[in-house]
Amino acid sequence: MCAPGLLALTELQFPAETTAVREGLARLMASPCLQGLGAEDRGTAEVVLAEALNNVVEHAYARWSGDVLVTLRREPTQVEVRITDHGLPMPQASPPQGALPEIGAFDDLPEGGFGWFLIRSLARELTYRRQGERNELTFAIPVDNWEA
Amino acid sequence: MNLTTEHKGDILLITVMDDRIDAASAIQFKEQMRDITSAPSARVVLDMSNVGFLDSSGLGAVVAVMKALGPVRRLELSGLTTTVEKVFRLTRMDTVFVIHKSLPEGLKAAG
Repeated sequence: MCAPGLLALTELQFPAETTAVREGLARLMASPCLQGLGAEDRGTAEVVLAEALNNVVEHAYARWSGDVLVTLRREPTQVEVRITDHGLPMPQASPPQGALPEIGAFDDLPEGGFGWFLIRSLARELTYRRQGERNELTFAIPVDNWEA
Repeated sequence: MNLTTEHKGDILLITVMDDRIDAASAIQFKEQMRDITSAPSARVVLDMSNVGFLDSSGLGAVVAVMKALGPVRRLELSGLTTTVEKVFRLTRMDTVFVIHKSLPEGLKAAG
């Protein structure tokens, strides 16, 4: 455990594959950086991290497989996240705008395209850089309250 | 993916026993739901009160199940937990589903 304001850093690397992501996510949620989050913030953190990691699995490693590295840094009002991988670069060298898929006729209801919308709705300070063969996505998860 | 099934009158009640519907389980969820709902019933109610976490893949799978059932035999959801409810609300998918706070009358003693 780390008291509010005290620096906490978590670094975790795992294969970018759905089952490993589920396990990695569970370990991240149990890490000192996230375990003290209030219930609401915890849910937000898990959704944002899951969406960002699922994107790495589905898109960055669409042609080959590899690892993803997640670094969390706990700050007083947010958790800063850095996710790096060695997959394909993002199209147009920037993260998708993540518009909410339109809700139209019943048969055309969207079954996907929610991921970036959720990330952009719930996270802030989103940045993306391609460095050599590496993708680096950073963002911050706002924290309303830390549990005592 | 562990789903339990119960017929109660004209309702097919399906309870998700897993605590998450995510990218690792979304396809399996869709396939099992397709098999289970091939049994006829006027209504289909999905009890999600055990599901603490749902990502966009899980959400897409629930939408796909509803579309497969069609607009008449509409998929009804029950017992959305806080994080799951938030994902439905943010994506506006709460507006296209029939969502019960808890199991509809007549199903409460089920299970």
